[in-house]
Amino acid sequence: MLLVQHLSVNYRSVKALEDISFKLPEGTLVGLLGPNGAGKSTLIKALLGLIPKQSGEVLYRDAPLQQQRQQVAYVPQRSQIDWDYPATVWNVVMLARTTHAGWFRSPSRQSAEIVKESLRRVDLFDLRDRPIGSLSGGQQQRVFLARAIAQQADLLLLDEPLAAVDKKTEALIFQIYDELKAEGKTLLISCHEWGGILNHYDQLLLINQRLVAQGIPKEVMTPTNIELAYGIPPQPRHFHDALENSFFC
Amino acid sequence: MLEWLFEPLSFEFMRNALMVGILAGVLCPVVGTYLLVQRMALLGDVMAHSVLPGLAIAFFLQINILIGAFVSGIISAFLIAWIRSQTRIKVDAAMALIFSSFFALGVLLITLLRNKLDLDSFLFGDILGVTQADVSRTAMITLVVLALVRLFYKELFFYTFDRLGAQAIGLPINSIYLGLMAGVTLTIIASMQTVGVVLVVALLVGPATTAYLLVKQLHQMMGLGALLGAVSSVIGMYISYYLNVPSGPCIVLISCGFFVLAVLFSPSQGLLTQPETVNRAANILSRLKQTERSK
Repeated sequence: MLLVQHLSVNYRSVKALEDISFKLPEGTLVGLLGPNGAGKSTLIKALLGLIPKQSGEVLYRDAPLQQQRQQVAYVPQRSQIDWDYPATVWNVVMLARTTHAGWFRSPSRQSAEIVKESLRRVDLFDLRDRPIGSLSGGQQQRVFLARAIAQQADLLLLDEPLAAVDKKTEALIFQIYDELKAEGKTLLISCHEWGGILNHYDQLLLINQRLVAQGIPKEVMTPTNIELAYGIPPQPRHFHDALENSFFC
Repeated sequence: MLEWLFEPLSFEFMRNALMVGILAGVLCPVVGTYLLVQRMALLGDVMAHSVLPGLAIAFFLQINILIGAFVSGIISAFLIAWIRSQTRIKVDAAMALIFSSFFALGVLLITLLRNKLDLDSFLFGDILGVTQADVSRTAMITLVVLALVRLFYKELFFYTFDRLGAQAIGLPINSIYLGLMAGVTLTIIASMQTVGVVLVVALLVGPATTAYLLVKQLHQMMGLGALLGAVSSVIGMYISYYLNVPSGPCIVLISCGFFVLAVLFSPSQGLLTQPETVNRAANILSRLKQTERSK
């Protein structure tokens, strides 16, 4: 179980997150939702200890998460990556095996097998020798999903993995989420989409600097909560759309 | 017939100079590749200029000037990282500020401490003054840095590609940054005599950039860059010998020449060899032939 208690984060003396507490049971697929600037990326980075927290605790299986970083796989936002970096698909997925190999050592044959398997799962094995810069947006996202799989972590934190992804890839990615969930892994995924797609998640966390609501999609996406998080009274049509149809906010 | 090739080798200074040149030519592109992929190419220039105050002070105190240069270079890298993380100032401004301040301080110190240090030889290289001891020192630095790059290859790859991801998986990113900067400083010290601190950035960045246009993986970029760097050094030295001109600028211009060739003729990205250009040229040619025939 991932347990977050009273987490607050300041970004250069501006409050970014305030007193956020929640828990995620093992084997769940959780969507992290909120308007632009609500602190979705900040929350993910703070959980991982990539930015300092003002106060609060992040516990995973009763121990601080920061002490078990190999148990967490992180998929950064697309914009954080330099896609012109001279690397192939294979190179990038192999990065997941860095700490498994240990210092001074080349990755083992077993690691190569794991990377191969991960690439097959996201349907990129045939493109393994391609430079990452020559891939489409959806393929690039799948490279990082493969990297997260190859790390064999139990907790996966993904920052907007559906940005620049086409419908077909979206379906494939959700299918992989379900497989990972069935293996008992916990996934926290920040997302930018509204609509029927949200019903894929077991739970939603709606945040806007503070935690607005947590629960199954139907409980979370109520007019009151949406107004609390987005600051706009939901139009009847919008509200209807919030869980029915696809619609980008 | 090949006398022009062997004649310079009969002089000890030239043999030493060529050795040092080849070593720097190999080392610079390998380390420079890391700067390049992080969009930090100018950091090489900054650190090269920042070693000057350390040189002056070490010379004055009569301690090993390399230690002075190393400390001074590391301090500048540290200051840039600090300014970047603690203020809203962007990295380019931080680099410009540190680079000019350290350089100014270095020039002042050399004058004030009435050093017999020859400023010119540090700025532009002094290939005639390369001794046997310099050769072994440069060889040592080259071996150590290359061995470290090999040992920490996958960690450095992760860090330079995805710094947050590397931190998330638990790699000690601050140590990696410091280690990388130490490597850059050592590389600059090793290349000072060949090209001088003003031009060393060209050897750090030039061959690696050329290689970037030709290959698609990091280690290939380093390998090809090292080859191009060594070849540039040797050709540059011979030109410098026969035309009696400073070696640094010759080496830099040769390496730049390779870059121009790669920009024009790289199979995948060359301006003249891109598929569209080739197709267009083929179209024009076939049309020309047709018109000739119809005449």
